[in-house]
Amino acid sequence: MIEIKNLHAKIGDKEILKGLNLTVKAGEIHAIMGPNGAGKSTLASVLAGREDYEVTEGTVDFEGADLLDLATEERAREGLFLAFQYPIEIPGVSNINFLRTAINEIREYRKEDPISAKDFMALVREKSKLVELDAKLASRSVNEGFSGGEKKRNEIFQMAMLNPKLAILDETDSGLDIDALRVVANGVNMLKSENNATIVITHYQRLLDYIIPDFVHVLYDGKIVKTGGKELALELEEKGYDWIKAELAN
Amino acid sequence: MANYTEDELAQDLENQEYKFGFTTDIDADQAPKGLNEDIIRFISAKKDEPEWMLEHRLEAFEMWKKMEEPNWAHVKYKKPNFQDIIYYSAPKQTKKYESWDDVDPEMKETMKKLGISMEEQKRLTGTNIAVDFVMDSVSVATSFKSKLKELGIIFCSFSEAVQEHPELVRKHMGTVVPTSDNFYAALNSAVFTDGSFCYIPKGVRCPMELSTYFRINEGGTGQFERTLVIADEGSYVSYLEGCTAPQRDENQLHAAVVELIAMDNAEIKYSTVQNWYPGDKNGLGGIFNFVTKRGICGLNSKIAWTQVETGSAVTWKYPSCILKGDNSIGEFYSVAVTNNYQQADTGTKMIHLGKNTKSTIISKGISAGKSHNSYRGLVQIHKNATNSRNFSQCDSLLMTDECGAHTFPYIECKNSSSKIEHEATTSKIGEDQIFYCLQRGISEEKAISLIVNGYCKEVLNQLPMEFAVEAQKLLTISLEGSVG
Repeated sequence: MIEIKNLHAKIGDKEILKGLNLTVKAGEIHAIMGPNGAGKSTLASVLAGREDYEVTEGTVDFEGADLLDLATEERAREGLFLAFQYPIEIPGVSNINFLRTAINEIREYRKEDPISAKDFMALVREKSKLVELDAKLASRSVNEGFSGGEKKRNEIFQMAMLNPKLAILDETDSGLDIDALRVVANGVNMLKSENNATIVITHYQRLLDYIIPDFVHVLYDGKIVKTGGKELALELEEKGYDWIKAELAN
Repeated sequence: MANYTEDELAQDLENQEYKFGFTTDIDADQAPKGLNEDIIRFISAKKDEPEWMLEHRLEAFEMWKKMEEPNWAHVKYKKPNFQDIIYYSAPKQTKKYESWDDVDPEMKETMKKLGISMEEQKRLTGTNIAVDFVMDSVSVATSFKSKLKELGIIFCSFSEAVQEHPELVRKHMGTVVPTSDNFYAALNSAVFTDGSFCYIPKGVRCPMELSTYFRINEGGTGQFERTLVIADEGSYVSYLEGCTAPQRDENQLHAAVVELIAMDNAEIKYSTVQNWYPGDKNGLGGIFNFVTKRGICGLNSKIAWTQVETGSAVTWKYPSCILKGDNSIGEFYSVAVTNNYQQADTGTKMIHLGKNTKSTIISKGISAGKSHNSYRGLVQIHKNATNSRNFSQCDSLLMTDECGAHTFPYIECKNSSSKIEHEATTSKIGEDQIFYCLQRGISEEKAISLIVNGYCKEVLNQLPMEFAVEAQKLLTISLEGSVG
């Protein structure tokens, strides 16, 4: 699905990713954990194509294409989805209109006809149930006046609507209560298939009680420094990150 | 990153010029350049006007000569030379059109380019818009006349109204915008050549949108049109106005006067989509749009102005409401877009005279390029206007670091039982918002269009359906590639 090799990226003069390697195959869920400032959100932003970051070295292969050579919207149309840590509000633009525009742009890219109103509404009904999103939220302005939990659920709703190949969840669990966390995780689990993959970026172990990862990676100082199974997350929860820092120092 | 760069976008935009910048090759009957009494007599004679009309014009001219051009607006421009303007230009075929078939084919072509297809409208039942088309200074064609006549509705060119309905014109013209009101209103009163006239009889609800399309075609001409809309007691009308002009290097002057009269229990909705040629990207050429628009409300009546302003090099325009009757309502919804070197100083005046009068002002300014966009508004509550209310909201959206947004709200309140609210915001179009859209697969162009249209939604929602679609497209075209 995606193969990241020796990725270096900086913002301004500050290098944040310092030779990151990561391979994710179809059907897998990978969790990326790490202390504050390790570069977790930078990784998500760089993969999605945010302009503030400059890639100085390395390659990213996404389904056979050179991801770094694609514009932000082309990456999205190729099937890369980022669930934002802080979803953006767009006043006056309904969620429905927003998603319909997105779906049709993606379809146009694939040389498909625009989705019919009937099919689109059926899709909205089906997918909003999946994340227990109130139908009213679907017709409200994008994220405007949504609570923190609603915004995150809306991200997963959008993900369900756009059906990406690779979804990156950037601290989707932050600020969620246990019920919202369960709903979000349920959504992710139900969307999981043999053909797609998910990268879950998180600070805490608790999300991984609901979304069971195949691999857990520790990101520290711009690199993946440790990789393990689900038990690694538990170990991190218990011991914090200091032991990894100590290990690296030796 | 292989993103579509600003430069490429800018280049595309240069190539994609003002869509309406064509001229139509029609013989025109013109007055010589300049302004004096003889020219005014010439215009009046050309229009075969009654004596009282000529006198009205000459009086206005005398007043105008003593007046000075206003300079309080937040705009900078080279003052027009009033002796260098052609005050009368009419397509040569000036006979009245008995039917659509009589209209000059060149003219029909022009209308088609503008998207006014009356032929289609005639064929399609269900499209309910009657159109009056004013090119340069003369009203060319009015559709659906007979159908309206059955209801007693008069919808015709202003000149025709002077001939056919002198009593109505004489009684109402200048009652809302007096000749002496301001420099440009006086000029207009002296030299206006045509415009639209509309009268809705008592208790009649006009079943279709009435629309006037204004077009400046000839070079060196000014356009001075006059519109008078009278809604008699208990009637309703929705009126639309669209404007375009060809691309020229010179600045052309447009100085219109619009008067609305809503008698007791009547309602007038007046919508404008103004897209006069804005000048090129270096600020060369473009229309000077100096317009006086005002309406007066009787008892329980309502006037709503909606405007989408994307054109003109300089705009100076304040559609206003005099809320004279008790319980009357005034509304003003505006989107003003400026790009490149455009300047707009626009807003409204809400004059509360009657008791329980209510006014709402929603103004959305969008500045791009190196343009300046100002909201100027006056809310005036007079001492007898007990329990009056006003709500104003003025938002500004900045697209670049080089443009400016300014707000000049004036409030004068002489009645302590009144309530006035004013809200204002200024924001820069969010790179985060654009990134969010891009990440969902939406192109930058569509993203800006979505965001801007969302920002203007409250105003666009006020427009009739057909116009709202046109306005949305216009906003997108005006702002393409303007984020910086």
